[in-house]
Amino acid sequence: MHGTPEESKVELFRDVNVDWLGKKWYFLGFSLIFSVAGILSMLFWHGIPRGVDFKGGTQIRVPFDSPPNEDHIRQAMEKAGVKDVTIQRISSGTGQQGNDVVISLPQSTATDQNHDAGRQAVEGALRAYYHDSGFAQPSVDIVGPTAGKQLQKQAALATGYSLIGMLIYLWFRFELIYGVAAVVAVFHDTLITVGAFSLTNQEITLTVIAAILTLIGYSMNDTIVVFDRIRENLSLSRRESLTDVVNRSINQTLSRTVISSGLTFLTVMSLYLFGGEVLHGFSFALVVGILIGTYSSIAVAAPMLVAYQDWRKSRGKISSLPAKRARA
Amino acid sequence: MGKNLKGKTAFIVAILVVFCYGFLGIPRGLTPAALKQALTDHINLGLDLKGGTHLILVVHVEEAVGDTTDRDVQRLQDDLEKAGVTGETVHKLDPAHPETITVSGIPVGKASDARSVMDGNDYVSYDVTSLPDGSEKLTMKPGAIRSLETATLEHSIETIRARLSPLGVTEPTVQKYGLGDNEVLVELPNISDPGKVEDAIKSQSKLAVYAVVSGQGPWENDQAAMTALNGIVPPDDQLLHGNATTTSPDEVFLLERASVVEGTDFRDAQPSTDQNGRPNLTFILTTEAGGRFYKYTSAHSKDSASPGSMAIVLGNRVREVAAIDSAISDRGEIIGTFTKDEVDNLSLMLRTGALPASIDTLETTTVGPSLGAASIRQGVIAAIAGMMAVLVFMLIYYRGAGINADLALFLNLVILLGFMGYTNSTLTLPGIAGVILTIGMGVDSNVLIFERIREELRAGKTAAVAVQQGFGHAWITIVDTHVTTIVSAAILFLFGTGPVQGFAVTLTFGLLANLFTAVFVSRTIFDAILASKERGAALSI
Repeated sequence: MHGTPEESKVELFRDVNVDWLGKKWYFLGFSLIFSVAGILSMLFWHGIPRGVDFKGGTQIRVPFDSPPNEDHIRQAMEKAGVKDVTIQRISSGTGQQGNDVVISLPQSTATDQNHDAGRQAVEGALRAYYHDSGFAQPSVDIVGPTAGKQLQKQAALATGYSLIGMLIYLWFRFELIYGVAAVVAVFHDTLITVGAFSLTNQEITLTVIAAILTLIGYSMNDTIVVFDRIRENLSLSRRESLTDVVNRSINQTLSRTVISSGLTFLTVMSLYLFGGEVLHGFSFALVVGILIGTYSSIAVAAPMLVAYQDWRKSRGKISSLPAKRARA
Repeated sequence: MGKNLKGKTAFIVAILVVFCYGFLGIPRGLTPAALKQALTDHINLGLDLKGGTHLILVVHVEEAVGDTTDRDVQRLQDDLEKAGVTGETVHKLDPAHPETITVSGIPVGKASDARSVMDGNDYVSYDVTSLPDGSEKLTMKPGAIRSLETATLEHSIETIRARLSPLGVTEPTVQKYGLGDNEVLVELPNISDPGKVEDAIKSQSKLAVYAVVSGQGPWENDQAAMTALNGIVPPDDQLLHGNATTTSPDEVFLLERASVVEGTDFRDAQPSTDQNGRPNLTFILTTEAGGRFYKYTSAHSKDSASPGSMAIVLGNRVREVAAIDSAISDRGEIIGTFTKDEVDNLSLMLRTGALPASIDTLETTTVGPSLGAASIRQGVIAAIAGMMAVLVFMLIYYRGAGINADLALFLNLVILLGFMGYTNSTLTLPGIAGVILTIGMGVDSNVLIFERIREELRAGKTAAVAVQQGFGHAWITIVDTHVTTIVSAAILFLFGTGPVQGFAVTLTFGLLANLFTAVFVSRTIFDAILASKERGAALSI
């Protein structure tokens, strides 16, 4: 007797046979809508909201002893002459409104020479003029202009090197076209994720950049799984058209893709729901990124591969996609 | 089948024990409290979890060059005098080039004497060039400048460390910071008042005593001063502001550029009170500085031929101007309108050695204790929730093999935490997120393998062959996916700050652990199960 007892097995996606490449225009449309929405928002609406570590300034999180009154806080700031204050109430637990308030001041309050001015002004104002309740030791983020610029540079370098590293690795393991298709998919993912931040007006901090780099890695992984299968199938059957091979490869790996992404998505959702709002931007980036990363392997990378092949064919070049022997 | 199952199992158990030891040590008991204690003893928590202050400071090392040349101007003057050369002027002509000293107006017959002084051992860090008009120019060598700047940075780091100890901080970190030039990282766990820390480190960071140029000033502002000086500040002098307060207006003083004594010349300083109960400072200078001070004060005391006053300058602002009552050698008092806090800070600063250059703060991050505790709680809840979700799903979807995956997942976590314990890595809040992500991404390897095994079984292979094929085909893909993510994490580690580095660390360790557990451990468990079944029996997957 071979195999497993059929009755008790849970199995989705058993004999899938979807024509993925046929739907590529739907995919393109879907991607375009989100990309364009994101770009428009970045250019004309919310821009790219930057966290305090990139744009500099003072950000103070004050844990009040009892529910804070934002108007009174604002009045306290005005009385003390503290200008350009942004006051925001945040929840400190799962969904419940805590007693924490984040007070932000712009770059000018945190120069390198007078770094502490903003924080002292705010704390002084609260102590002098806010009488609704006391507060415990605040948490503070003060970033001067030099540090802000350095961090921006670091983030840009990290992103650049990551992408180059990926491209080189993929070139190494696959043909260049596979690498390019994967990187295009990754650009697509990053664009839509950053667009999502812009649309929902959430700040991009250094940890968010870390999340974006991670999802780049994740999206790459996902694409690699499909490409590995395509390569394996190509080496097995030289007669099928590329479109058929790609479709079949996607269908074969669909089960793994959905379950694996689903599980990672579950863990990331857990982070988003329970992980607290310090990690909120980070987990939001991962939630969006994992969904889009999975989608892009099927909807962007694979069609690009086929499109490139068709383009080469129309130019009269070799008609079969080279499938380099995978190194074990 | 000769697969040495017993050996492999023993190996896995050994790994389990070894890594458990890494993050638990030998716990004193098995109660939750004892385990928690063992855990916190071995795993470093980052500041964002345990609370504390993190500062990035920049040390203006270039000031040290100016100070050194200022002192050397004085020294050169003295040395030339000793060599019998008089009538020349030793000065710094160009404020934009503090590393250059010019000696002009050397009497013609004394040119070679002067030159031999300048070529001597005392000035070996300078390149001496002759200018066409007969004057000599000494330029500090680039190598000397660099080593001076490095020494200044290191001296500053030591001084900062010394100043932090009275704050009673356990395990402070003071070290060079990689992202920029001459930057220092200070991390103080459990201290959440950055203002107090910054005051201790850098308040009034430079103390010096300068001679007041007699007959000039003080004026009430810069314009009045410049008018009186005809628009040019003499190159050997400098204009400094006084300490304007609400009760006393600003004043501008003309002082000599070369200091009489500096912070580094003080051997001891203690706060005390004078006979009227006002806070003052008693000090002791080093012998060499005492000699210099004596020479200066006796030449300019009020009974001398050219009485003068001296200005006590703190942080480039004139705090006090005092007439010189009598010659002072190495012991004296500084009396003035100081508050007790100022005298305490000042004496601490002088005792622990002055900062050789001024310091600015570039970045401050403080996590208060309430936020730190909340972060830990939320992180752990999210981790447990995520893990539960994955464990349950694997059991339902893959049945028997699901147990396999879940065991591998547990071992994965043990190895990850053990790695962190052994390497003394710091766990940050993004680090906890990294652990959660490792759970999700790690189980991906198992899914890859299991799906392949199911495919092979569907194609009619036996359980044993299916398992072999499953692992064989999936191996390459697993390596590919892990390498790309680890490369990503490595770049994050290189370019990230503390919390982000924590994330990179847990992600990398988790994935490395996963390479081991998802492949070797899972395979061993499968082999053990298969060995216990009859040939051709079904596999629960």
